[in-house]
Amino acid sequence: MEKLVLEGVVKRFGNKAVCDGIDLVVKAGQMVCLIGASGAGKSTLLRCVNLLEPIEDGAIYLDGEDISVPGLNPQNVRARIGMVFQSYNLFPHMTALDNAMLAPRRVHGRTRGELVPEVSELFERFGLSEHMAQYPDQLSGGQQQRVAIVRALAMRPEVMLFDEITSALDPQLVGEVLDVLVTLKHQGMTMVLATHEMGFAAEAADKVCFLHNGRVLEEGTPQDMFGAPKKPETRAFLARALK
Amino acid sequence: MFRPSATGLTRRERYEAQQRRRALIVASASTAGVVAALVVLVPLAPGWDKVRNSFFNAEVFAKSFPKLLEAFWVNVMIFAWCAPAIAVLGLLIALARDVKSPALFPLRIFGAAFTDIFRGVPVILTVYLIGFGIPGLGLPRPWNSPYIWGSLALILTYSAYVAEIFRAGIDSVHHSQRAAALSLGLSERQVMRDVVLPQAVRNVVPSQMNMLIALQKDVSLLSFIGPVEIFRQAGVFKSLLANFTPYVGAALIFLVVTIPATRYADHLMARQMRDRR
Ligand SMILES: Nc1ncnc2c1ncn2[C@@H]1O[C@H](COP(=O)(O)OP(=O)(O)OP(=O)(O)O)[C@@H](O)[C@H]1O
Ligand SMILES: [Mg+2]
Repeated sequence: MEKLVLEGVVKRFGNKAVCDGIDLVVKAGQMVCLIGASGAGKSTLLRCVNLLEPIEDGAIYLDGEDISVPGLNPQNVRARIGMVFQSYNLFPHMTALDNAMLAPRRVHGRTRGELVPEVSELFERFGLSEHMAQYPDQLSGGQQQRVAIVRALAMRPEVMLFDEITSALDPQLVGEVLDVLVTLKHQGMTMVLATHEMGFAAEAADKVCFLHNGRVLEEGTPQDMFGAPKKPETRAFLARALK
Repeated sequence: MFRPSATGLTRRERYEAQQRRRALIVASASTAGVVAALVVLVPLAPGWDKVRNSFFNAEVFAKSFPKLLEAFWVNVMIFAWCAPAIAVLGLLIALARDVKSPALFPLRIFGAAFTDIFRGVPVILTVYLIGFGIPGLGLPRPWNSPYIWGSLALILTYSAYVAEIFRAGIDSVHHSQRAAALSLGLSERQVMRDVVLPQAVRNVVPSQMNMLIALQKDVSLLSFIGPVEIFRQAGVFKSLLANFTPYVGAALIFLVVTIPATRYADHLMARQMRDRR
């Protein structure tokens, strides 16, 4: 089943088209990895899907429903799509637990009482139980990023977007965050990742898309993309990235 | 040849201890020199006896001080009701200046005009205009009280400055915090209330402390329109006793309050600088 579909998405900053007609299909339960050079537009594309950036042209469908209609209230859509950022962006004035409960309380109008057991369970599942009462600045980068993932999951999203979530981490902390993604995949979460972790993409992705000049230049299974890329641009990029 | 020390201190620690001793000796010597010069030289000035008698007269001081303290209580009261009003109005003006809805556009204009006007006029002028102008309308008691309208003048002026500080605080919260909060489905209002404002307010606490200290001093401006607060009380004594010592007493009372407050604000500021690094 097609969960998320992008058709000819155009996003411009000034007269620079960062997305210049992006087509992308993400099936339910799939993990799709976006790769491409720095500045290729991976982050921008994810921000467009979460309606943090309005798109100029094209359309984005979630469960077949057009979510890119200009003037649509973006809140309901964002509540259904979770997003995790490179720089964690936890709220520094709240404990890890309060970070995770804020949106369900405000958006779904639920009480702390009914949320605590449920959200605690999420913390536990990702090995964060003893950090629930701590503030972000008391946590390591890897722990902060896992809390950020839990915060997004607490909204029970249908799709998760991850924007280079391991790029700011010390190498020895990358593994614990990538493990979370594998767990989510096993649970059937639909995920779109912008990533520079080619090894992880090759291992875990269902589909890999190469972004170049504002378009999906080439896409395919990890085997095809990393084993036998067709386009010379893809080959050049991978040669540099895998060096 | 390097030998470990018998005292258990490292070479660097011994060196630093020696440097500290030297710095202490130099600082004490130079301070003592300056104080000695002042104590010796100032009394040599031709007018010293007259100045001492009219500014540092122990008898006058003892006579006026209790009354001055009592009058200072008026300053404290005026301060105590102005400060919360300023905090609330300042925050509302700051928020009004950032509203996005076109229906509330007049609010934006109002906020901008408010801050421009009240930051552009000297406080004493605002106190005069409002403090004399509004009771001049012939309002019945107690609505013609200079306490009310003088306080309002302070509240309006200080709210304008406080609003600008809040705005700077709102801008100081990184935009990625907003993006993260929006991505969770929060509305603009919820993002402001739950995520941006708490951080913004915390960031500007030291600056707002400094505004409070300034307000504490500016309460004295109300003396020009009536209220007998400490500055006015000192003036009464000056006329009565033909002596300026009560002003020195008033200054001392202010310093007892403002110096600790200023130190504390500086301490908060320094801590924030440290945290940010
Ligand atoms: N708000 C903005 N205003 C103007 N230009 C922008 C804005 N955001 C992004 N861009 C531009 O869009 C282009 C794509 O940026 P984007 O961050 O999406 O790339 P990316 O593929 O995520 O790169 P990286 O791998 O470095 O994260 C860049 O050239 C960037 O300068
Ligand atoms: Mg990026």
